[in-house]
Parts: sequence; C-alpha cells; structure tokens
Amino acid sequence: MTTAATRKPRPKYLNLTALLFEIRLPLPGWVSILHRVSGALLFFPGTLWLLYLLDRSLTSQQGYDHVREYLAMWPSKVAVTAFIWFFCHHFFAGIRYLALDLHKGIDKVSATRSGIAVLVAGALTTLWLGSKVW
Amino acid sequence: MVSRIVVGAHYGLRDWLAQRITAVIMAIYAVILLVVLLTGYPLSFQVWRDLFTAGWMRVATLLFGVSLGWHMWVGVRDILMDYVKPAGLRLALQVAVILAIAGYLGWLVQILWR
Repeated sequence: MTTAATRKPRPKYLNLTALLFEIRLPLPGWVSILHRVSGALLFFPGTLWLLYLLDRSLTSQQGYDHVREYLAMWPSKVAVTAFIWFFCHHFFAGIRYLALDLHKGIDKVSATRSGIAVLVAGALTTLWLGSKVW
Repeated sequence: MVSRIVVGAHYGLRDWLAQRITAVIMAIYAVILLVVLLTGYPLSFQVWRDLFTAGWMRVATLLFGVSLGWHMWVGVRDILMDYVKPAGLRLALQVAVILAIAGYLGWLVQILWR
C-alpha cells in the first residue's frame, strides 16, 4: 500500500527550479529544442550577418580582403563555428523530421537512435567544416 | 475544435507542406554550394565573384533566398504562436518578421544583380 509520503507530490508546478534541476528533457526533446533555437538564431542575427558578409565580399577585391581579415579574427571564428553548428544541426534535425513526417522511425527506440545520430552528425560536420575555419 | 484567431496559423496543409518543400530545396542548394566551394578551396576573390555572377548561380541563390524567406516565416511564426500570447504583441512581432524577411530578400536581389 502506498502512503502519501512515498508518493510523488502532485500537482507538479513548472517553476524555474523544476525546469532547471528536476525535469529531465529526453534526448529527442533536446534535438527538438536545439532545432528551434538554431532556427531562430539563423533567422536573426544569422541571415543578417551572412548577407552583410556576402555583400561586402562581392563588392570589390578590397571588400573581399576586408571580409577575410574580419573572419580571421578569433571572435569571428567563434561566430562562424557557431553558425556552422546551428546550420548543420538544423539541417540534420530537419531531415529527421522529414522522415518522422513519413512515419519512418516513430517508435521510441528508433526515435532516440535517430536523435543521437542527428547530434553526432551535427557535431562531426561542425568539426570538419570548423577545422577549415580555424 | 481549434479556435481560429487572426494571428494564428492557416489550419491546413499549406504552411506545413511549404516549410518542408522549401527545406528540401535549401538542403539541395546547400550541398551543391558546399561541393562547389570545396572544389574551389582555398578561395580567391575571382573564384568567389565568378561563382555568384554566373547566371545559374544567381537564379539558384534567389530560389534559395525565397525558400529561406518562406521557411523562416512559417518557423518564426510557429515560435511566436507558442510563446507570445497577447494578440497585439504577436501581431506587431509578426509584422516585424515579415518586414525583416522582405528586407533580407531585397538586399539579396541587390547583392546578386549589381
């Protein structure tokens, strides 16, 4: 027989402590929220920044050199690496969602497995492309 | 039954499908661009400008830009619908997003056809 003391206290309120320390987001949940966050950041400031770089680099040889110098600074390299990661994660997570939309891999085991694959693929492509930046 | 509000979604397949089709278009472009850039690596200004002034590349990049704009609109609107509940604020932010996307596209056209 379960007593009130052994039972989990209900209802469970979603305060900040609960969100930060008590509730564990399952792995596909992390893939999902990262897809959302990366998408938002690619919209702003990502696209704005990319357009600025494209504009400057295509204007003239000086503009191109200027962009190269700018991108050679370490804070820019950090930003480029972050951009690459956001893009790659969004890319692979997006492909996973296309598969899920087609009802491929929707059971719990496959979904967790494909979630891991997305995180690993995003990290590996970021390492690969990031190594060309640094 | 969903409650239909003016700052909500279109409650149909259109946006959902558009977001996925534009995603596929952008994915294809991204892979092609990556291959082109890696074969021309390390880049010079000449290679870079020749690439973006080529006729096919201008059209492909414009298609990418339009796809991106549409895709971003659906995505950001979904985010706003999830987190911004007051209709007035949500409408104001949606207008800001539309203006930003229109501005991005205008800028892209200006960059490509100079």
